[in-house]
Amino acid sequence: MSAQAQPNSFRIGPDERGHFGQFGGRFVAETLMPNILELEKAYNEAKVDPAFHADMEYFSKHYIGRPSPLYFAERMTEHLREVSTASGLSGGAKIYFKREELNHTGAHKVNNVLGQILLARRMGKKRIIAETGAGQHGVATATLCARFGLECIVYMGAVDVERQKPNVFRMNMLGAKVVPVQSGTKTLKDAMNEALRDWVTNVADTFYCIGTVAGPHPYPAMVRDFQCVIGEETRQQMMEMEGRLPDSLVACIGGGSNAIGLFHPFLDDKDVEIYGVEAAGHGLDKLHAASLTGGRPGVLHGNRTYLLMNQDGQISDAHSISAGLDYPGIGPEHAWLHEMGRVAYISATDDEALEAFQLCSRLEGILPALEPSHALAKVMELAPKKPKDHLMVVNISGRGDKDLFQIAEHLGNKIA
Amino acid sequence: MAGLVPAIHVLRLRFKTWIPATSAGMTPLHHGFTPPLSRAKDPAMIKRIEARFEQCRAEGRAALVTYVMAGDPDPETSLAILKSLPRAGADIVEFGLPFTDPMADGPAIQAAGLRALKVGQDTVKTLDLIRRFRAEDQDTPVILMGYFNPIFVYGVDRFLADAKDAGVDGLIVVDLPPEEDDELCLPALKAGLAFIRLATPTTDDHRLPAVLANTAGFVYYVSITGITGAATPDFGKVASAVERIKHHTPLPVVVGFGVKSGAHAAAVAKGADGVVVGSALIDVLKGTLDDQDRATSRTVEAVTTLVKELSEGVRSVSKRAAA
Ligand SMILES: Cc1ncc(COP(=O)(O)O)c(C=O)c1O
Repeated sequence: MSAQAQPNSFRIGPDERGHFGQFGGRFVAETLMPNILELEKAYNEAKVDPAFHADMEYFSKHYIGRPSPLYFAERMTEHLREVSTASGLSGGAKIYFKREELNHTGAHKVNNVLGQILLARRMGKKRIIAETGAGQHGVATATLCARFGLECIVYMGAVDVERQKPNVFRMNMLGAKVVPVQSGTKTLKDAMNEALRDWVTNVADTFYCIGTVAGPHPYPAMVRDFQCVIGEETRQQMMEMEGRLPDSLVACIGGGSNAIGLFHPFLDDKDVEIYGVEAAGHGLDKLHAASLTGGRPGVLHGNRTYLLMNQDGQISDAHSISAGLDYPGIGPEHAWLHEMGRVAYISATDDEALEAFQLCSRLEGILPALEPSHALAKVMELAPKKPKDHLMVVNISGRGDKDLFQIAEHLGNKIA
Repeated sequence: MAGLVPAIHVLRLRFKTWIPATSAGMTPLHHGFTPPLSRAKDPAMIKRIEARFEQCRAEGRAALVTYVMAGDPDPETSLAILKSLPRAGADIVEFGLPFTDPMADGPAIQAAGLRALKVGQDTVKTLDLIRRFRAEDQDTPVILMGYFNPIFVYGVDRFLADAKDAGVDGLIVVDLPPEEDDELCLPALKAGLAFIRLATPTTDDHRLPAVLANTAGFVYYVSITGITGAATPDFGKVASAVERIKHHTPLPVVVGFGVKSGAHAAAVAKGADGVVVGSALIDVLKGTLDDQDRATSRTVEAVTTLVKELSEGVRSVSKRAAA
């Protein structure tokens, strides 16, 4: 997309200071710096320790239920081929779902949480804090804290507590303390501010388990590494099923963790088209959460990235029907991949996501979460334009149970 | 941990994508620092800070540093407060640059920033207020304190030029640790503005030299691990922390976070070169606002009354014996 020089590999970042090109870094208060350096050191040690990998492998398999299936979505494929034919193209890609919604706790978030909680144990930290938007990361964190007997405090914007009630209840059942955040816009960004404030206050004994590829270095790289299992499995599964790599990948983007997890292992396969789908909310000219499409570079929550903000650098309210995408920033590696032109970042509105949710539910018997419904909305647009031998993988990052009350409301019928 | 795992799993490294961009076990402290600049090229601004500390030393006392938010609750009232502060006994004034997401601040300062933003305060207007303050007061150092994003978006070079022109002497930017010195600290020093660093209870002796390397004007010791306006520090511990920092730097060391009264100010003044008070002033200000967060006839006076009390606290401690 731009005149930037292309690197030999898209997979070597970040540099030692946590930069992906101009993005990333460590923009945090001095109080936190020693912690962040300690975490970086612990992570660097863990990632070359076979015992750590063995633990990851064991719990991924027996507790999370990995590998997640790569599923040929036959009826979705047929439907979109009909759409293609109706528009005179007679194409229609072959669509595969990467079924992260089948993981224990119902989303991809748990892959990362497992890694961070095992790391927290190595570091001897007994108090775990997390921020959450949709509640999926909070639930995953509460779950692993229950499993390993750790104290768990989850910060959640008061607005999100309201619209994701089932997850709040789940966290409570798992023994976590959910703190509704009343400051600012009372959504994910404020939950992250509050978690950082907690961390600044309780530096010595607390591990901050960040839920996406954001925050200060080393979080964006570490969370990515823990999520890369999605793309690695997809590669192997596609080789087994089709004997070749996919032609395109599609994933939704809040902070970008499910997306980078799928994308990263394919970044150097130049023939694989990659699409990241941001939330266009009410529309890109109205309230939305599409940071790359509608934002500019800035600094928030420990890193430089694209942000939604006004002329003065004040962070804007994001909006998406999906609490998990309702964030005014995006992981720094995505900002870099956007500027390098390696990944195409597009967006889907609330209404498009709702339509895709219904289509997927009826055709495939799978209720996707509202977040991956955004990715599905763009699959519905992209797939009919591709030839029939085009292999398209979409990441079904989570299941829709948590969203049912909200979807019912939008569709005009109340669940009692 | 490994004991939890059947031996059969131990052999394979699972994350094939992991490319060791950073080698295991490196001490990142040695990476990314630029060697200290010996002195800022244009010391005019830093001089104003030095002169003020010199004056306090000559008077045998610690300095009183006050923090209020620019534009809170409205620009004219915040300017009136700013002007009243030196008269009430403040030696150095910190002016907060409002930001929507102040991740190291407690509820009082968060709310102050949002009040200011609500009435349209921005970086241009904040610099304007400082310019108007400077037209009447050429001696009181003005420190702009805030977060990096509004400055980054304004443009670092343009910001430094405009801040200097407005009469700003120094900057405190909470989310710029030494690891990010290239962003603003080094350009600020080149432009002749002091970049004042926060040292905290977590800044150990190993890290202190890096934290102090490019700082100028004074060092701000954050008395607690925590956010503004929260806990009251253990004053004994604070004094020994200041001692420790002074082994590493000739710069004055001021102490902030958790100072709420004249008695607190006096307690901190015993062991430090200066005392910073912010949230307590903002709490008092907030208490005078009407139900729509507008200033009342009591607003300016309520703030100056507390500043006078703090000033008396600071002045009640003679530092001549120690000097
Ligand atoms: C199911 C699901 N998908 C996606 C996201 C967005 O996060 P990310 O972009 O980090 O994958 C969330 C966040 O809550 C989620 O719950």
